[in-house]
Amino acid sequence: MNPYNPRDWQSHPPYVSPSYKSTGLRGPTKPLIPIPASLSEITGPVYGHESVGALDADLTRNNAKNGAPLGERIIVTGRVVDEFDRPQPNTLIEIWQANAAGRYIHHGDNHDAPLDPNFLGGGRCITDNDGRYRFLTVRPGAYPWGNHANAWRPNHIHFSLFGPSFATRLITQMYFPGDPLLELDPIFLGTPEAARDRLIGSFSIDVTEEGFALGYVFDIVLRGRSETPMEI
Amino acid sequence: MARGQTPSQTIGPYFAYGLTAHQYGYPFSQIAGGDLVAGRPGVQGERVQIVGQVLDGAGAPVDDAMIEIWQADASGRYAHAADTRNANASFKGFGRMGTGTDPDQRFIFRTIKPGSVDGRQAPHVNLCVFARGLLTHAYTRLYFSDEGEANAADPVLNLIPEARRPTLIARRQDSEGDPVYRFDIRLQGNDETVFLEI
Repeated sequence: MNPYNPRDWQSHPPYVSPSYKSTGLRGPTKPLIPIPASLSEITGPVYGHESVGALDADLTRNNAKNGAPLGERIIVTGRVVDEFDRPQPNTLIEIWQANAAGRYIHHGDNHDAPLDPNFLGGGRCITDNDGRYRFLTVRPGAYPWGNHANAWRPNHIHFSLFGPSFATRLITQMYFPGDPLLELDPIFLGTPEAARDRLIGSFSIDVTEEGFALGYVFDIVLRGRSETPMEI
Repeated sequence: MARGQTPSQTIGPYFAYGLTAHQYGYPFSQIAGGDLVAGRPGVQGERVQIVGQVLDGAGAPVDDAMIEIWQADASGRYAHAADTRNANASFKGFGRMGTGTDPDQRFIFRTIKPGSVDGRQAPHVNLCVFARGLLTHAYTRLYFSDEGEANAADPVLNLIPEARRPTLIARRQDSEGDPVYRFDIRLQGNDETVFLEI
């Protein structure tokens, strides 16, 4: 059994990032304690096709009541791979996002923008043998938040992935190219600079479907399995 | 390495309808909840509850955290292909719960007490903490207070300074129903929970 490569802290944001205020009382401050990999770390929850409903990956239809959700229809697709570019098949991806007006259906979102009766904003799918996934949704709007004066989150979609083990668990966000809010966003900017581009999907005319929806590609790279034998 | 890891980003405050919709009453299914044994009569082992709060650096309970647990069955086997020992087929071993529906901001898991995974490690539950304000998730482990001898020999606990080990020990509280193991997670402070690099 081989352990997974460690989390690369040149890629992941630190726990305390002063410009993102909520980290101040929530980010752990003591050093993490590394432990050798055992079965507890190299195993993880398994959710396959049986856990995904037919419309789960189509956010334009999975909670429609009496029509289509408002907004710009988009296709979001990509591959889940590991650091060695090996595809990660049969991995569950869960996403959630604001509607086109920048409003989350969540009870705690008090932003004065309309809810959309035909849009929930949650979806899920399973990667295929090439690690590929595909969602149909609407482009989420920007929305204000209380971090600082006149603070707005850039357009984004939240992604949650399991990968092959508990160690490969990842929750991240996909942003959109050219968004002027990115250079003002403390969450995006809390990420090490060299790794930020990996959070931005790219527009693709090849994925775009004529007369129907714009296409974006967002690949996700999970921890890979190294060649070093496990010690415990 | 051919490709760099995709950076983690915070789960934010609004994950509930995407990841824990049923728990929070949104019209969407969820893949896993806080009860790992309901409707699974084939699950073997002692029924227990794992209950706790997530506390911030000011000691205030966090009401928008999400906890995930991953554990072995009562014989210490995981329901995963990397564990070839044919785990108890009824038991999946994964639970997920947000802290926003309980009046005291607790997470509550109904599960079974796991067995020792390999005869060396004490029975434990693997935990992952997500929250608004946590840019990257935090891993920890829960051990059981009534496993003193096994805990003393556990190779992971022995990597941790002795003074900090109690942060990983859930305290057994006997109750009318299934025994409750109390496990509070302190994100900061003198008694900050030990978080692990796995």
